[in-house]
Amino acid sequence: MSEAFFRIDNFSCGYPGFKLSGINLSLEKGSFNGIIGPNGSGKTTLFRGITSAIATLEGTISLKGQQLDRLSLKERAQQMAIVSQFVDVDQVSVEDYVLMGRMPYHGRFQFFESKDDYEIAHNYMQLTDVLKHKDKLMTELSGGEQQRAAIARALTQEPELLLLDEPTSHLDITHQVRILDLLHRLNQEMGLTVLMVVHDLNLASEYCDRLVLFNDGKLFTQGTPDEVLTFDTIEKVYRTPVITRTNPYSNKPVIFLVSEKMMKETKASES
Amino acid sequence: MPTHKKYIKWLMAILVLAAALLASAIVGLSVGELKLSLADVWRMLVHGGEADSMEYLLISQVRLPRVILGIAVGGALSLAGVVLQGIYRNPLVEPFTLGISGGASLGVAFTIVTGLHLAFGSFMLPLFGFIGAFVIIFLVYTLSTRRGSINIQNMLLTGVMISFIASSAMMFLMATTSSDNLHGIVFWIMGSLDEPDTGLIYFTLIAGLVVLGISYLFVQPLNALRLGEEKAMHLGFNTNVVIRVMFLLASLLAGICVSVAGVIGFVGLIIPHVLRLMFGHDYRILLIGSFLLGGIFLVLSDVVARTIISPNELPIGVITGIVGGLVFLVLMSQKRKGN
Repeated sequence: MSEAFFRIDNFSCGYPGFKLSGINLSLEKGSFNGIIGPNGSGKTTLFRGITSAIATLEGTISLKGQQLDRLSLKERAQQMAIVSQFVDVDQVSVEDYVLMGRMPYHGRFQFFESKDDYEIAHNYMQLTDVLKHKDKLMTELSGGEQQRAAIARALTQEPELLLLDEPTSHLDITHQVRILDLLHRLNQEMGLTVLMVVHDLNLASEYCDRLVLFNDGKLFTQGTPDEVLTFDTIEKVYRTPVITRTNPYSNKPVIFLVSEKMMKETKASES
Repeated sequence: MPTHKKYIKWLMAILVLAAALLASAIVGLSVGELKLSLADVWRMLVHGGEADSMEYLLISQVRLPRVILGIAVGGALSLAGVVLQGIYRNPLVEPFTLGISGGASLGVAFTIVTGLHLAFGSFMLPLFGFIGAFVIIFLVYTLSTRRGSINIQNMLLTGVMISFIASSAMMFLMATTSSDNLHGIVFWIMGSLDEPDTGLIYFTLIAGLVVLGISYLFVQPLNALRLGEEKAMHLGFNTNVVIRVMFLLASLLAGICVSVAGVIGFVGLIIPHVLRLMFGHDYRILLIGSFLLGGIFLVLSDVVARTIISPNELPIGVITGIVGGLVFLVLMSQKRKGN
């Protein structure tokens, strides 16, 4: 049996008062994956566990057959890049911010970026459409532009796996679609494996090849959007009634919310 | 060799600051109660002077050690300030926020009150000053470390609280001691570059340069920490180790400075800010720039302190506070106009 590109085995991690346990997950190279689930289900905890922001209690995570905890932090950063929910920046130019993505490749005595570093950074800034802003401060960019710069910085690490924690959660629909289109393009054209925590089930359905659904600190189910985003599953995990249909253009499941008002009106019209 | 315009700008800035440091040192050597011409000072520095002439003795025995200590303490306090602001991600942190000056002052006050400096020699003052600073650093460090990891926000709060306790303990000593001792403590607290032990002066300079060199080896993680601890870790840096090493180095360096020159506030806070206004937030220029500009600032402040009410001398801390604050306000208002 061939080794999975990214694999999580019997993994547990958590904080005092919340524990994520018994997680088994494997990702194929070049796949686009979404982690979904209600608030407090453990999505971001898993994300922080994978990125070693919180300690592993049990189990292993491996990338290309190598256990992550046996790699140095620099080796990890060369293979796995992370885009957080909020782009937390101080007074730094967009170009300098993106160039930080080359840090994992610098030795202790390399104090300055090389010509190659600039070429790589400019290439990804071009791809994410932030090269025109290179001399601006990050704080002068809009939320969507900041997120694109963060993706450019992550790509400048030249990783094989890109992890994103709700990259579109505070963006309007135009920027949500732009960011996810960009990620999809990178996934298709560069063969980049993507694992993304996402709240919006319809965006997850539209862009992800596979979805992993969390509930109460456990992996509830995983599979294609068709397999995961069913009426029963959503109602059970999110504890809210929904309507599931199929997008006539993409043939992917679409979730419609059912409000209390809508239910009352429906009942009234039926009676 | 990097050729990007940013690097050329930094190189030029460092050359200008180095030249300004040399110029301020020459001014510091020439100005005083007995004024010497800049040309005479330059001649004596380059070619030497008559060994027994008053001018030569004044420069070599009195003013040169003072200028070197000004460069060492100004540079070291600014460096400690910029490093601590980097690891705490807080622009208001300076070496003295964490109680280092409080600890050193308490150590010196204890020495003066108990008369240890009279019994064993004046070297007891810097020695106990450093011991006081070291105890505070040790307390802040250990109280902020839990299960091998360090909590940077707890560390700051712990430092501020311990600083209050140390200050209160020192005020207790001051309230209960004789007026002679009280005068000695107050005089020391005000800060001065008049240190008779040249060994201590050179030790301070070397310590500052060594910490500058080691800090530069951590310049990448310091830059990465601008994005936060977690993101710096994602870029491949063990932030826990970086924060510990940089905290200990910066604090010990500040402790040495306070022990040798007393409490000279504001330098560690104001100089990094001025540099950020001028050159941005990149630590590759901030570390070296802070050391050079801190040295310039303290040497020139000392010149003002020595001459403004000559033949008397003002405490240097008074000058650093007033001049530094005014310069900072002017730069801030210019920056706002520019924006």
